[in-house]
Amino acid sequence: MAKTILAVDDSTSIRQMVSFTLKGAGYDVVEAVDGQDGLDKAKSKSISLVLTDQNMPKMDGLSLIKSLRGLPQYKTTPILMLTTEAGDDMKAKGKAAGATGWLVKPFDPQKLLDVVKKVIG
Amino acid sequence: MTVDMSQFYQVFFEEVAEHLGAMESLLLGLDVNAPSIDDLNAIFRAAHSIKGGAGTFGFNDMTSVTHVLETLLDKLRKEELALRSEMIDAFLEAGDVLKAQLDAHQNGGDVDEAMIAAVCRKLEALSAPQAAPAKAKKAKKKSPVAAIPAAETCHHITFTPDAGAALENLFAELSSLGKLEIIESGADKSPPCWCVLLTSTASESELRDTFAFFMQPEQLTFQPATASPMEDESYGFFTDIASPNATPNAVVEDDGFGFFTDIEPPQPTLESAGESAGEPTGFERSPGRRAADNPVLDAVRMGRRESDKVAVSANTDATTIRVNTEKVDLLINLVGELVITQAMLAQTTAHIDPVMHENLLNGMAQLERNTRDLQESVMSIRMMPISFVFSRFPRVVRDLANKLNKQIELKTLGEGTELDKGLIEKLADPLTHLVRNSIDHGIEMPEVRLAAGKDAKGSITLRAFHQGSNIIIEVNDNGAGLNREKILAKARERGLPVHDAMPDQEVWQLIFAPGFSTADVVTDVSGRGVGMDVVKRNIQEMGGQVEISSEQGYGSTISIRLPLTLAILDGMSIAVGGQIFIIPLTFISESLQPRTEDIKSISGQGTVVQVRGAYLPLVALHQVFGIDNAISEPERGILVLLEADGKKVALFVDELVGQHQVVLKSLEANYRKVPHVSGATIMGDGRVAMILDVASLVRIHQEPGMERRCA
Repeated sequence: MAKTILAVDDSTSIRQMVSFTLKGAGYDVVEAVDGQDGLDKAKSKSISLVLTDQNMPKMDGLSLIKSLRGLPQYKTTPILMLTTEAGDDMKAKGKAAGATGWLVKPFDPQKLLDVVKKVIG
Repeated sequence: MTVDMSQFYQVFFEEVAEHLGAMESLLLGLDVNAPSIDDLNAIFRAAHSIKGGAGTFGFNDMTSVTHVLETLLDKLRKEELALRSEMIDAFLEAGDVLKAQLDAHQNGGDVDEAMIAAVCRKLEALSAPQAAPAKAKKAKKKSPVAAIPAAETCHHITFTPDAGAALENLFAELSSLGKLEIIESGADKSPPCWCVLLTSTASESELRDTFAFFMQPEQLTFQPATASPMEDESYGFFTDIASPNATPNAVVEDDGFGFFTDIEPPQPTLESAGESAGEPTGFERSPGRRAADNPVLDAVRMGRRESDKVAVSANTDATTIRVNTEKVDLLINLVGELVITQAMLAQTTAHIDPVMHENLLNGMAQLERNTRDLQESVMSIRMMPISFVFSRFPRVVRDLANKLNKQIELKTLGEGTELDKGLIEKLADPLTHLVRNSIDHGIEMPEVRLAAGKDAKGSITLRAFHQGSNIIIEVNDNGAGLNREKILAKARERGLPVHDAMPDQEVWQLIFAPGFSTADVVTDVSGRGVGMDVVKRNIQEMGGQVEISSEQGYGSTISIRLPLTLAILDGMSIAVGGQIFIIPLTFISESLQPRTEDIKSISGQGTVVQVRGAYLPLVALHQVFGIDNAISEPERGILVLLEADGKKVALFVDELVGQHQVVLKSLEANYRKVPHVSGATIMGDGRVAMILDVASLVRIHQEPGMERRCA
């Protein structure tokens, strides 16, 4: 059974690109439009990897990661932050929130697949 | 990578347009003295999203503009700088540049490079700390990366210095060459691998010379320079990850990714392990990645391309979808055909025995109901709130008021009022003209207003509301109002037929005469652009009317009355010599059977009819269209009183047939333009009926003085 990836981004175009790329590689993708939506969808689905944007309305990426880590079923699920900010500051915050890694925007589809494959194969 | 990024462009373009619109309205709503932090965050997020998307989809020109924009916005939202009104101006200009760039990408064409550079310079100057009261709480660790002038390149440098090397000196040197950003600090790593971005006019060899003082050339890697500092940053994990596909030393910390925690390496599946033998890169091993020869994926891609204009609109509401308007128009057209078919069936079954065919007739009644409901729902798809037009005016008013040194407040009411999308698009230009006129000629200068005992700040109100099957849009200002004497004087000068006893309503209509400049007549302020005649023509082409009411010293109100939709029309069908014509109901004021003594012939000017003391020109439809076997004596037929452009005529027809909704079909598109006919429709019995162009029928008899009150 294909692994399910949760892609959280408020930008439709980027979400579509991520989703299209991952589906093309055989993954199932659940899309969410902001952190709150992502959290709701994570609760109702079984997710193998979470890819989340940082800057989003309603709930940002870091809050989403913290909330997910608070759920028993997401204690160890890999979570990658897709962010334009790759400064040490953001990395420290990401690490503190419980993120597994980061991917700096903009990225090309191949880079995304590379990273995803490193995490969940 | 084989993913065709262009398939996402359309969605990206729509997204950017949305973000720019949101940004603009938020900017216009900002209070310079006490900006809401939520609004600043929202504006920042919009700029940030545009930048992210532009970078991803390779629109680097937009990336660099949004980057400078974002840098300043970031300082504002972190309260490192205080908001000033020049900043809002600069943001709005940057928004305009981005719009121009978006348009250039979408429709081709070039953007004025000088304009882009000017905006970037302005934003950079504003983000400089010395340019504002130093409200900075703490100095930022890294220097902000500002816009990159054309001559500068962005170097992505990775280096592993010897332990204990004097890096402070190196960084000081690099900073003097350009803008330095440390992506990866190697300070507490072993080996100490650093990654920096340097935006500088210096070439790679010059930089290598600089580095030569601190380390060996082999400790240094330059990656291809790019136009954007974002380009070279990549991805990362916080801790080492053993990957089945990566070579042992392939975990490139300096490539900008890493893991915090150990991750269970994924077990290669049997399938991918089997395939991996013949395939050169780890990337290709993933099942399903062999996209090119995967028919299912190809099918998905095809589907994607066909439907690339249909996308879930995320930013507003996940429950809305975007659909190409052509699809909606096709749907509306099909429903129109269905309405016609239903009407034909209804007519055919009208005479059958209701006892024998009770079930059939019940079915027919239900079909009629369902068809009507379907038609209504489909028509509502095309309806859009008028806020789509109104939303542009805060900016128009702000810019023009600043330019003219006037103080103007804009109020909008009824933004949720819906009308047909086609009308919305056509309404934008005339409405803009009216609003500009109000600002330019209507609202007075602050000192004039104060002298007249008014508030120094003028106000313009845009209001929209439904009235029956029409929508009314009003542009109201509390300015000087129209000057009756000046308009009459100017009209006389131009040889227009006027007299002093003309009612106000007719005087105001004079400003719609071609070439009648509102500028030199009404306010002596120089005008610009198209005249009011163009506004009126545009509105009339939409099947609408313009009315003016004005009170000198108190302001003017211009009302536009439009039908709700262009596709369906309430019509009265009339017969002339066995032929059926449709008159749009909105133009009919009444119909009557004349008495012989009311009909008078005026030599050389045709026939008139007296209706309650007023003489109206009589237009015989059978003469207009040359129909032979029609009734020729008006007293044996019916007169339909039509009113258009403030003029009235009596249309002489054989009989009234009935009133019904008709679906408009363009005659020009299907045949050719016919005088006095605005379109055609298909009747219940399948016959084609012409829809009369009332405005042109009224013009047949427009000789002055035709309509006069009896003493």
